[in-house]
Amino acid sequence: MSKLNSYRTGPDETGHFGIFGGQFVAETLMPLILELNEAYEASKRDPEFARELGGLLKHYVGRESPLYFAERLTGHYGGAKIYLKREDLNHTGAHKINNCMGQILLARRMGKKRIIAETGAGQHGVATATVAARFGLKCAIYMGETDIERQKPNVFRMKLLGADVIPVKSGARTLKDAMNEALRDWVTNVEDTFYIIGTVAGPHPYPQLVRDFQKIIGEETRRQMMEAEGRLPDTLLACIGGGSNAMGLFHPFLDDESVDIIGVEAAGHGLETGKHAASLNGGRPGVLHGNRTYLLQDEDGQITEAHSISAGLDYPGIGPEHSWLHDVGRVKYVNATDQEALDAFQLCCKLEGIIPALESAHALAYLEKLAPGLPKDHLIVVNLSGRGDKDIFTVAKALGVEL
Amino acid sequence: MSETRIDRRFKALKAEGRAAFVTYVMAGDPNYQTSLEIIKGLPGAGADIIEVGLPFTDPMADGPAIQQAGLRALAAGMTLRKTLKLISEFRISDNDTPIVLMGYYNPIYSYGVDKFLVDAKANGVDGLIVVDLPSEEDAELCLPALKAGLNFIRLATPTTDDKRLPKVLANSSGFLYYVSIAGTTGAAAPKPADVAKALTRIRKTTDLPIAVGFGLRSGAQAAEIAKIADGAVVGTALVEQVALGRNDADAVKRVLALTAEISGGIRSVDKKIQDVT
Ligand SMILES: Cc1ncc(COP(=O)(O)O)c(C=O)c1O
Repeated sequence: MSKLNSYRTGPDETGHFGIFGGQFVAETLMPLILELNEAYEASKRDPEFARELGGLLKHYVGRESPLYFAERLTGHYGGAKIYLKREDLNHTGAHKINNCMGQILLARRMGKKRIIAETGAGQHGVATATVAARFGLKCAIYMGETDIERQKPNVFRMKLLGADVIPVKSGARTLKDAMNEALRDWVTNVEDTFYIIGTVAGPHPYPQLVRDFQKIIGEETRRQMMEAEGRLPDTLLACIGGGSNAMGLFHPFLDDESVDIIGVEAAGHGLETGKHAASLNGGRPGVLHGNRTYLLQDEDGQITEAHSISAGLDYPGIGPEHSWLHDVGRVKYVNATDQEALDAFQLCCKLEGIIPALESAHALAYLEKLAPGLPKDHLIVVNLSGRGDKDIFTVAKALGVEL
Repeated sequence: MSETRIDRRFKALKAEGRAAFVTYVMAGDPNYQTSLEIIKGLPGAGADIIEVGLPFTDPMADGPAIQQAGLRALAAGMTLRKTLKLISEFRISDNDTPIVLMGYYNPIYSYGVDKFLVDAKANGVDGLIVVDLPSEEDAELCLPALKAGLNFIRLATPTTDDKRLPKVLANSSGFLYYVSIAGTTGAAAPKPADVAKALTRIRKTTDLPIAVGFGLRSGAQAAEIAKIADGAVVGTALVEQVALGRNDADAVKRVLALTAEISGGIRSVDKKIQDVT
């Protein structure tokens, strides 16, 4: 493939990144998606929108989030210098709220009265319930029964925030099924409902819109690293569920050739076992949830179940822009198993005094393969996409500890 | 595009003065053999056009009944390849009843669009309804299908306004499927008066026959629709009969009994007389 002038211009006006993306939805939803796109484009031209969002991100979410030099992790691996981008310190404990704040402002502008969302780990559900409460809008969160079981604290949090948590009983009862059910709700309640998708997936314009609301992560990192080290980082690391925290960090650096960019997929029990959530490394292109992207699927094109210890990564697809970046080779996609993530989770607790989300622990896990072999002046930024309080039950169970 | 079985069937029914009864059942539900028997029995029980559902794990526009039907079929080993074989077996004894394959895009994309179109045509498919391919994605399958001589049947919904309607109709053929409510399959039935209003609006833009579906469960309801539309579509109610069947033979019996009942309702409406009054 010949080199592109820029990796940052996508999607094209039909919502495609190369062959990926698009608008693969039922006709009922098409007018809504076109309307959303118009509202989004209008918001970009309106300085008042940026001003309002900026104020909320600063005073309500608590941005900017620190870029923290992880001295003891750095010492432990004895190689590259490791920085953590502390999205765990945002209000509600993850990067998800950056996107929710942007989308709820769009919903208000469009006059919508009711918010729906899907959630896996519950972080996006909590962030959505939070912004819905803040703006006094009704809120329904779809969550698979399996995830409700393994993320109980977040379920209660959503309820405290006034959201209806609707258990999804279809399929494997995880994130994919929650997304199906949210789409069915949207098809039914077209008049008053705004669907806040939680990652860089779904029909155009969602992958673009969510990325744009998350790219503040990378923009801050760029500025903060210039202040700290006087230059750009050498390597970026982020975990990939649908890919929103990763895309948020990566996008502002895509055209900086000197920056190595690495996404970490969830390898579950290991790629060879078939029980994983690595759509790029273990799947092939297909069409689901409104876009063409890499998917876990069988020979017949039926979607297969993902597996990950982390509910937020337990999804058989990935955002279309990642599929494109994978195919053009700009971003390298690797993976980490449940066990590797658990080990990295504990190491981060003990060495840094930070309990990371199990999702983020997948990115941390790759440090073991990467950092020791690199020179001491090599700068790595890991996106610490969320905090791990929600995961303590899952981790306790995996470690055989009874709470 | 040359005339398809679908075009011929609507023409014949128009001459006869009645609306088409369009039935939907899931391929391979509850298993290959039983679904073949159901499909073979449908024309005799009064079905004019058969929509054969292509099972998919993630049917985002379907309600619980059709979701379950798809999962039953997949659990029994149904695939796209076998769905085409099912249709070719049906064609051995019936060369007239139009067959519309209805489903989601991924299994077709995975099979390969070009190969799919050749095989679908060769096995006796007449038209396609692919729920997650709106007109924005016409280049994917719609345009190649028209070239291959298959009708591409589009859904119009209550959210399809006058501005959007021409886009939806642009490359449709065979008939237009008016989804009478915003919702998933199996939801509540529409008010005939609302449907009539929508049809009047749509007919200003197209001469295609219009079939109306979503929420129809009985002969009486279907008769109301038959008065105002060119066809009535029944799916969920039939698929539920498969689930209720005590065994395979009972499932066949139940589906065909309900088909006959609804067909009676549709046939009771004489559209020639209606046109005069
Ligand atoms: C803390 C955290 N990180 C990452 C993810 C994965 O999502 P994404 O890949 O969109 O960032 C989630 C999802 O729930 C999450 O809660």
